[in-house]
Amino acid sequence: MAMPLPSGLPSADDDASADPRGGGVRVRVSGVRRIFPGGTVAIDGLDLDVAAGSFVALLGPSGCGKSTLLRIIAGLDRPEAGTIELEPEAADGAAAQGGRAPIAYVFQDAHLLPWRSVLDNTALPLELAGAGAAERRATARAALEHVGLADAAARYPAELSGGMRMRVSLARALVTRPRLLLLDEPFAALDELTRGRLDDQLRALWAELSMTVLFVTHSITEAAYLAERTVVLSARPARVVLDHVLDLPRARGGALRAEPSFAREVRVLLAALERGGG
Amino acid sequence: MIRRAVPPLLALVALLATWEGLARALRIPSYLLPPPSAVASAGAADAAALLAAAVTTAKAALLGFGMSAAVGTLGAVVLASSRTLERALYPYTVFLQTVPIVAVAPLLVLWFGAGLRAVAMSAFIVSVFPVIANTLAGVRGVDPALRDLFRLYGAGRLATLVKLELPAALPSVVTGLRVASGLAVIGAIVGEFVAGFSEGGAGLGILVLSSYRQLRTDLLFAAVLCASTLGLGLFGAVSLAGSRLLRRWHPSEIHR
Repeated sequence: MAMPLPSGLPSADDDASADPRGGGVRVRVSGVRRIFPGGTVAIDGLDLDVAAGSFVALLGPSGCGKSTLLRIIAGLDRPEAGTIELEPEAADGAAAQGGRAPIAYVFQDAHLLPWRSVLDNTALPLELAGAGAAERRATARAALEHVGLADAAARYPAELSGGMRMRVSLARALVTRPRLLLLDEPFAALDELTRGRLDDQLRALWAELSMTVLFVTHSITEAAYLAERTVVLSARPARVVLDHVLDLPRARGGALRAEPSFAREVRVLLAALERGGG
Repeated sequence: MIRRAVPPLLALVALLATWEGLARALRIPSYLLPPPSAVASAGAADAAALLAAAVTTAKAALLGFGMSAAVGTLGAVVLASSRTLERALYPYTVFLQTVPIVAVAPLLVLWFGAGLRAVAMSAFIVSVFPVIANTLAGVRGVDPALRDLFRLYGAGRLATLVKLELPAALPSVVTGLRVASGLAVIGAIVGEFVAGFSEGGAGLGILVLSSYRQLRTDLLFAAVLCASTLGLGLFGAVSLAGSRLLRRWHPSEIHR
């Protein structure tokens, strides 16, 4: 069930005129190595090239270093070796040209500020970037509409279900119109039904807002259902076992999960995951 | 609420009745253990003196508590701003906790003169550590993912402090203030033992001392009771203000 997508957030079309550099960024990871202080090698020489505007799932066993890779791409962690390149190059911090932050990050749990209303939580990135009160309220409201939570704007995180909190977290990530959306097993803690709905919503948002999406998960079906391309990583230290473009229609829906083509892709990913020592 | 108050009230009545009965039956001399009725009548007879003493002590305790709240929170925020600073200075804040206040009180008299200022300083020294320790723990305990989020969006030091660290630490700060409120009254009384003065209204600590010297144990009991009530009152007020503040702020208080 895909939520309707009311207008409000600038879509890909508006954006092309407002921002000549286009929507998503290309992400190039070359030779990244990350060794934790204890001496554990999380990632050893990993290369990855993610095309601008694509939806890529990073699939791997728990603790394989895929979250670490995401944090390195976001600039929250520093690799011992290797480089991360974003093209077009991201401006410093959140104050990118056109008010568009280069990167947004959605964590495993919603991580909202409990003392702020849903609206103020959603507006936080704009507030930190120094946007005016009226502008950030309007934009935050539009982002909440995008995730179907317009009615919950005045409520507090403690009054929401887990799925709703996650949607607020998603709205908070979208409010800066990111060029690159990084998601770290965002729906892992939710029940199957809620998770399926959020998967559909995320696909719809990606199709509408022009951005590159990197989605980390350990769920094979989620990786197959969501992404255009799935990169399967091995157990630690993470290396690429399979880099696979999924042969599935662009329009996804609940029925797809029952299709033979979907089952075939799931088998391919499962086999790769097993090769990687998950 | 009323039902919850019944058992402790019954226990209190039973305790007072037993005390009264034993004191009379065993003919315990009043200067050793006055029966509750004697304490009550002494309290009534010297009500004006007790009230004046309580006001004096309350002033010093509130002043000390206020300083603890301000210096403690600010100090913790400064310590939390740098690992090096925390490592360098935090051990010495523990010193505040371990310093025997009775031994330091004469110094306070030398520096601040006998009276309100020295007594308030004593209340401050005794009560500031829990505020520092709890605020620091609260700021240090901020969800690392939220710190990442603030970093990702380019938040500066000040924005991170005001919009993340302080609100997130608020429950810990309130806990620290609650502990400090009770301690401030104890610190004031102990301070008065050494640094209090009688001119212009003596505090409860002075009243305890003078009743002891005159073997007026009934008045001594009444003064101790006043001191405990004062501590309880301040603790209650701070707790109430704290949960009021947190209710608007935090989910841990919403569903209580």
